[in-house]
Amino acid sequence: MSLYAPPGRTARKTKGWLKTHRWLLLRRSSQLGILALFLAGPWLGVWIVQGNLSASITLDLLPLTDPLLLLQSMLSGSMPILSGALGALIVVAFYALVGGRVFCSWVCPVNPITDLAEWLRRRLDLRASARLSRDLRYWVLALVLILPLATGTMAFESFNPVSMTHRGLIFGMGLAWLVLGGVFLFDLLVARHGWCGHLCPIGAFYGLIGNRALLRVRADGRERCDDCMDCFAVCPEPQVIKPALKGADKGMGPVVLDMNCTNCGRCIDVCPQNVFRFGTRLRNRSDAADPRVRYTHQPRKVS
Amino acid sequence: MTISRREFIKSQAAIAAAAAAGVALPASLVARAQEAPMDDGLRWDKAPCRFCGTGCSVLVGVKDGRIVASQGDPDAPVNRGLNCIKGYFLPKIMYGQDRLTQPLLRKTDGRYDKNGEFQPVTWDEAFDIMAEKWKAAMKKEGGPSRVGMFGSGQWTVWDGYAASKFIKGGLRSNNLDPNARHCMASAVVAFMRHFGIDEPMGCYDDLEHADVFALWGSNMTEMHPILWSRLTDTRLTKPGCEVHVLSTFEHRCFELADNPIVFKPQTDLAIQNYICNYIIQNGKVNQAFVDNHVTFKRTAENIGYGLRPNHPLEQKATNSGYPDPADPTKKKGDPMGATEITFEEFAKLVAPYTLEYVSELSGVPKENLERLAAAYADPNKKVVSFWTMGFNQHTRGSWVNGNMYNVHLLVGKISEPGNGPFSLTGQPSACGTAREVGTFAHRLPADLVVTKPEHRAIAETVWKLPEGTINDKIGYHAVLMHRMLKDGKMNCYWQQCNNNMQASPNMNEESYPGWRNPDNFITVSDPYPTVSAQAADLVLPTAMWTEKEGAYGNAERRTQFWREQVSAPGESKSDLWQIMEFSKRFKVEEVWPEELIAKKPEYRGKTLYDILFANGVVDQFPYDGRILDDQGNAYGNHESAHFGYYVQKGLFEEYAGFGRGHAHDLAPFDTYHRTRGLRWPVVDGKETLWRFREGYDPYVKAKHPEVAKGDVYFYGNKNGRANIIFAPYDPPAESPDADYPLWLCTGRVLEHWHSGSMTRRVPELYKAVPDAQVFMNKLDAKRLGLRDGQMARISTRRGEIAARVETRGRNRPPEGLVFIPWFDASRLVNKLTLDATCPLSKETDFKKAACKVERA
Amino acid sequence: MQGGTGLEWQFSARMNANERKARLSRRQFLGETLKTACGVGLFGLGLGLYAQRASALPAWAIRPPGAIAEEDFNGACIRCGLCVRDCPFDMLHLAELGQPIPTGTPYFIARDKGCEMCEDIPCVAACPTNALSHDLTDIEKARMGLAVLVDQENCIAFRGLRCEVCYQVCPIKDQAITLDRQHNQRSGKHAMFVPVVHSDRCTGCGKCEEACILERAAIKVLPMHLAKGELGHHYRLGWEQKQQAGGSLVSPDPEHRYNLPEGMRYEHGGRGLIQEGTAPGPGEAAPIPDNPLETLNRKGPL
Repeated sequence: MSLYAPPGRTARKTKGWLKTHRWLLLRRSSQLGILALFLAGPWLGVWIVQGNLSASITLDLLPLTDPLLLLQSMLSGSMPILSGALGALIVVAFYALVGGRVFCSWVCPVNPITDLAEWLRRRLDLRASARLSRDLRYWVLALVLILPLATGTMAFESFNPVSMTHRGLIFGMGLAWLVLGGVFLFDLLVARHGWCGHLCPIGAFYGLIGNRALLRVRADGRERCDDCMDCFAVCPEPQVIKPALKGADKGMGPVVLDMNCTNCGRCIDVCPQNVFRFGTRLRNRSDAADPRVRYTHQPRKVS
Repeated sequence: MTISRREFIKSQAAIAAAAAAGVALPASLVARAQEAPMDDGLRWDKAPCRFCGTGCSVLVGVKDGRIVASQGDPDAPVNRGLNCIKGYFLPKIMYGQDRLTQPLLRKTDGRYDKNGEFQPVTWDEAFDIMAEKWKAAMKKEGGPSRVGMFGSGQWTVWDGYAASKFIKGGLRSNNLDPNARHCMASAVVAFMRHFGIDEPMGCYDDLEHADVFALWGSNMTEMHPILWSRLTDTRLTKPGCEVHVLSTFEHRCFELADNPIVFKPQTDLAIQNYICNYIIQNGKVNQAFVDNHVTFKRTAENIGYGLRPNHPLEQKATNSGYPDPADPTKKKGDPMGATEITFEEFAKLVAPYTLEYVSELSGVPKENLERLAAAYADPNKKVVSFWTMGFNQHTRGSWVNGNMYNVHLLVGKISEPGNGPFSLTGQPSACGTAREVGTFAHRLPADLVVTKPEHRAIAETVWKLPEGTINDKIGYHAVLMHRMLKDGKMNCYWQQCNNNMQASPNMNEESYPGWRNPDNFITVSDPYPTVSAQAADLVLPTAMWTEKEGAYGNAERRTQFWREQVSAPGESKSDLWQIMEFSKRFKVEEVWPEELIAKKPEYRGKTLYDILFANGVVDQFPYDGRILDDQGNAYGNHESAHFGYYVQKGLFEEYAGFGRGHAHDLAPFDTYHRTRGLRWPVVDGKETLWRFREGYDPYVKAKHPEVAKGDVYFYGNKNGRANIIFAPYDPPAESPDADYPLWLCTGRVLEHWHSGSMTRRVPELYKAVPDAQVFMNKLDAKRLGLRDGQMARISTRRGEIAARVETRGRNRPPEGLVFIPWFDASRLVNKLTLDATCPLSKETDFKKAACKVERA
Repeated sequence: MQGGTGLEWQFSARMNANERKARLSRRQFLGETLKTACGVGLFGLGLGLYAQRASALPAWAIRPPGAIAEEDFNGACIRCGLCVRDCPFDMLHLAELGQPIPTGTPYFIARDKGCEMCEDIPCVAACPTNALSHDLTDIEKARMGLAVLVDQENCIAFRGLRCEVCYQVCPIKDQAITLDRQHNQRSGKHAMFVPVVHSDRCTGCGKCEEACILERAAIKVLPMHLAKGELGHHYRLGWEQKQQAGGSLVSPDPEHRYNLPEGMRYEHGGRGLIQEGTAPGPGEAAPIPDNPLETLNRKGPL
C-alpha cells in the first residue's frame, strides 16, 4: 500500500465525513477567524484587533507580542516598553500551557499553504523528497537569534514568510507573494513538510516554549490500534506519534509528549479506531487504562 | 520661460549633486528626466493679473489655442517680473475640470421650474426665458426697479460700461451695483466728501518715498503681496524708515512692524481723533496749509447702522436717511450731512480724545499711540497711510476713511511723493470699472451721479438718449437688493463676475431667502458652478480673463489692457457679449413710456441694442476678423466677430468721452494696447503721478491759473479746498455679550482669491490652504477646551458653521476675537455675518459680529 | 547515501531522529553537524548581507516621529504596524517586500502626505518596543528629518515671487521656517522673502515639502545625516559667543582717538569715517533723496 494513499478513508466509512474532519474544520475556522479579526479593522472598519501577529492590541486593552521577534529586538540592543514585554509574556504563558506549536496549526497563516502543498503531494503522488534533518530548525533558530546580535538588525524579518504573509494580508503584500510561493514550491517539490517540519525557526521556538505544555494528544486507545498507519500518514510531525502509540512495550505512557506535536488533532480525526483524543499530560503511566472509563467528558477545545 | 543652455546645465548639475548625496527619489515622486523647454511656437502677450488691486502684469504664452506658459512681466513698473503665488498659477484658473460650457436652466418636464433641476439649454432659450421674466417683472408696480444687476470690480471696463448703459440708459433702472459695494464704497464716499473727486491722489511710487508707513486695517502682506515686497524693501534699505501696523488682530504685517498696534474693534475712529488732538495740542498743525486749502466741517451723527428700518437701532437713529415712520414722505435726516465749523470748533471736538481716554478705550498702550501720533506730527517725516477692508468694511467706514484724510490734511502731508493717504483697492478693477465707469446704484461714468440733473443730461447726451431717460432715483445697493428680493419688491437679478451668495452678509436671513423667493428669477453668469450658481435659476457660462479682450484700472489709477488670448470653452461668452446680446431682446416700446419715445421718434421699433450699441459711436470701428499687435501676431475677439465691429474700442472711446477734459482723461484706445498701463488723468500723452499738486497735475494750473509753484489745489471741490470733517467714535452695531462673547472678523488669505471659485480649482493652491480655519487666541481655545486642528462650531445669532481651530497660524488674534477667511465654499462664513452697513456708503461691516465658539 | 546533511535526496524512511542518530557513528555525527553548521552559516551570511543591504533607508522615506537612529531602528522595530494603525491621518505606511525600505517597517513620504504632528503622538504611544522612542512626549521635539531648501534655483521665493507656502504651512510657525527679507537686486524696488529652515526647531514633518507648489518640491525633508553640515570642532562664531557671554571675551579697547580734519569724526566699530551733519542715524530727521537708487545704493548699516 502506498504511503501516500489518502489517509482517513477507513475512518470516513465508519465515522462519517464530518467526524473525520472535525478538528481540521475547527482548525481552519481558528486560522480564518483570527485573520478575520485582524482584517475586520482595515476592511470593514470594525477595530477589534489592531496590528498583526508581530504585535497587536485587542479591544484597546490586550497587548500581544511575538516573543521571538521581541527577543530578536532585544538581542539587537533595544529594550521593549512594558506593554510590549507584557504582550510577549502573555503569549509565552498561553503557549506554554496549550502547547507551543498550537501556534503552527491553529494560528499561523502559512500553515494552510504548506498543508495545501502536502495535500497536493498526496494527490499527485509526489514521493520524491529531500532528506532534511528535523533538527535543522534549531540551527536556523540559533541563526535568527545570532544575526541581530551580529548585525543589529532583525535580519530574518527581511525573509520571514510567516510575518510577511500575515502583515501582507493586512497592510499590503508587495513581493511577499514570492516568498510565500517559494515556501509552497519548496514543500511541494523539494521536501515534504519542508518548511514547517524542518526549517521554520518560529515553530522551533514555539516548540521549545510548549515543551512542558499541559494540553496533549493521548493515544489512550492504543490497544485498539490496527496498524493502518493513517495517523502517521496524516501527521506533519509523524515522529512524535510512535512513542505514545507503540511504546507500551518499552514502558512508555500513552501521552504524545514530543514538543513538536502541533496539537492539530488530525490523528484523532483519521483514526478509525478512536485511538487518540485530546487530554492532559497527566496520568501517563504505561498501564493507564482507557480513561474514558473514568472521564465522562472530553477536554475542552483549545485554540 | 526660455531656459538658457547654461541654466539647463546648472540645474542638471544640481540634480546630479542631489543624486550623489544619496538623495534617491522614488519613481512615483519624480518620474521623467527633465524635459527640454518647449517654448518654440509660443505667442507671448501681456495681461494684467486678474486678482487683487495691485495690478501686476504678466505675460501669457499661448500655443495651439491654450495658455501653456506664463511669467511675471519684467517690463511692468508695478511688479517688474514678480508675482505672488496666485499670479504664478494664473493660467491654471482657466482650466478647472468643471468649467461651465452651456447655459443651464432649472427645469421640470422640459419647462422652466424654480424648483427644477439644471438642464442644458441654448443661448436663445436662456435669453427667451430671461427676457420673459424681466419684462413680466417690469410690468409690476415700480416698473424698472423690479429688475437689477449685480456686477463686479473684476468686470472689464467695457463689461461695466455696457452694463451701466443697458441698465441705466436702456431699462431706466438704477438697480446696478458692483461687488465693489462690499469692497471700497466707503473709500469712494470719503473721497467725494473730502475732495469732491474719487480715487487716490498718490501712486505706488509713494512706497519708495515715504519715511513712515502706517497700515490701518490692511494686511498688505497677504492681500497686496507685491506692494508689500516694495514696502518691505524700503523699510530694509532706507535709514530711519519705520512701519506702524494697526489692526484688531495680529497678522503677518506685524512681522515688519516697528510699532505694532492691536486695538479693540471700532476704536480706530477714536485713535484717529486722538492723533488730530495730539497734532493740535503739540502745535504741529501745518497752519499755512490748513488756512489755504482746508474747510472744516462736522458730520451728521446718530446715523444708524444700515440695518432694516424696523431694527431697534434704526428706530433710534435720527439721521439714518430712512423714511420717517411719522410721515413716510419725509426722510429721517441725511447721514451724508455735514455742517461747516471753524478750526477752533474742530479742536474742541477732538479735545476729548486724550491719550488716557483713547488708550483706555482702544486697549492700546499709551507709548504706542504716542509714537504713532508723533510720526504723523513730525514735519520732517513723510508719511503714507495705507488701508483696505479694515476701514472700508466698517459701520462707520466713510467716517473712518475721512478721519484719515483729516489727519493728513491737518499736517499737510498729502499729494506729494511719499506723503499721502492711500486707500488700496481690493479688486483688479475696483477703480477702473466700478468707480470710474460708475457701476454703482447712484453713479454714472467719471464721477457723475444720477441724482443731479446736469449729470444725467451729460450722460443722456453722450448716449444719445432722450432727455429724462435716466432715472433720478438712486437704485438698490448690494445689501438692499437682497432685502428687496426677499421682500418680493425686486424680482429679477442678474449677477456677473462675482459670487455674491458667498460674499454677501447674513446669507441665511437675507441673501438665500431672496434668491430662492418663488417670485424671483435669478441669473448667474460664471465660468464655474459657484455657490451663487447653485442658488440661481439660470446659469450662463462665461468667458474669463484672457478669453476676452479686457481693461482693468488698478489702485494707483493705472489703466491696463489685454487682448483675447484664447477662446473660451464650449459656448461660453463674455459678460459683455451677454449684456449686448440680451439687450436685443427689448423693443424700446416695451421698456420706455410713449412720451419718452416721442422725444426721439427715430428710435421707434428699435431694440435697446440698436439704441445703445449700434448707435454710430460704439459701432464706428470696423473689425476685419482679427486683432494685430505690434509684432504682427493675430488675436481673436469673439464679441467683435459676433457683432461685426470692434466692440471694445467703440465702447471705450465713447466712455472716455465722459472723462476727457474733466480730470479723468484717458489716452486713446490703441495706446493702452502698447503700454503696461497709464495713470490717469493722461493729458497730452502724459501720465499723472500725484494729483492736486502743481507740477505733477496739469489740472491744478488749468483750474487755478494763479496757483503758486508746487502748491496744491483741490479742484474736485468748487472752492478748491479739501474738507476736514469731524466724525466721532461710535460703538459698533453688534458687540460681544454674554451669549456671544467673541468678536468675529472675516477676511482673505494670500493663497486664495475672494470666494475661491478660481484659486480653489488650482490643485497646488488648494493643497496649500484647503480649508478655512478659525484663527483664535490660545487662551480662548484653552478656555473652550479646544485644541489645534479640532473641529469647532462657530455661531452667531444668524447661523453657524464648523471649522478647525488654529492658534499658531498666520493670524494671531488677541483674546476675545476670532478670524475666519471667507474663501471656503464648504464653510460659508457669511452665514454668520451681520448685514449692518455704513449708512453713508452702504458697505457691509464684515469685520465685526458677535459670535461664540464651541466644540463641534 | 547515508547521513543526510539536509542537502541530499533520498526517500524518506519511517524512522525517527533517535533511531537515526543511534545508527550514526560518532564520526559521522560530527561530520553531519559540521556540514549543517556550514550550510546554515552560509545561509546566515547571505541573509545577513541581504538584510544589511535591505536595511538602508532611502532618503525620501521618512520614519514616524520618535524613530530611533536608523541603524538601531531596524533591530528595534518588530514590524507590527500598530503605529500605522494608530495614525489618525493615514499618512504612515508599512514597507512591502520589494520596496527599497526594510520590509514591514513604517515610513511616510513627505511629498505625498506629511506628518500632522498630533499633540498626543498616537504612533509613539502604539509602539510596543522603543523603535519609536517613548521618551518623545512633546511632538515639537520630534526629529523625523530636516527640511532643506535644496533647489534655490527653482524656488520662486528666491526669485522674489511672493509664495511663502512652505512658511505658511509650517506647524512650528515662525520658528522652524522663517522668512529672511532681502533686497531684490534685480527689480531694485522689491524685497524678497526667502524661507530659511532652522534645524533646532524643524521636526521634519514634511508639510512644507507636501505643500510646495512647484512641480517637484524645492524644499525637501532629508535624513539628518544628509541634511546637516558640521562646523570644524575648533571653530566658534565670534559674535554668537559674544552674545552668549553678554560681552567681549577679551576686554574691550579703551577709547580710540584719531587725527581728523574739521567737520569729520570717526566711529570705532560703527560707521567709520563720518562727515558731520550728513549721514544721519535712524530716527534722526533727514531729507530723503527723491531718487530711490541713491537710498538703495547708500553704503553702511541700515
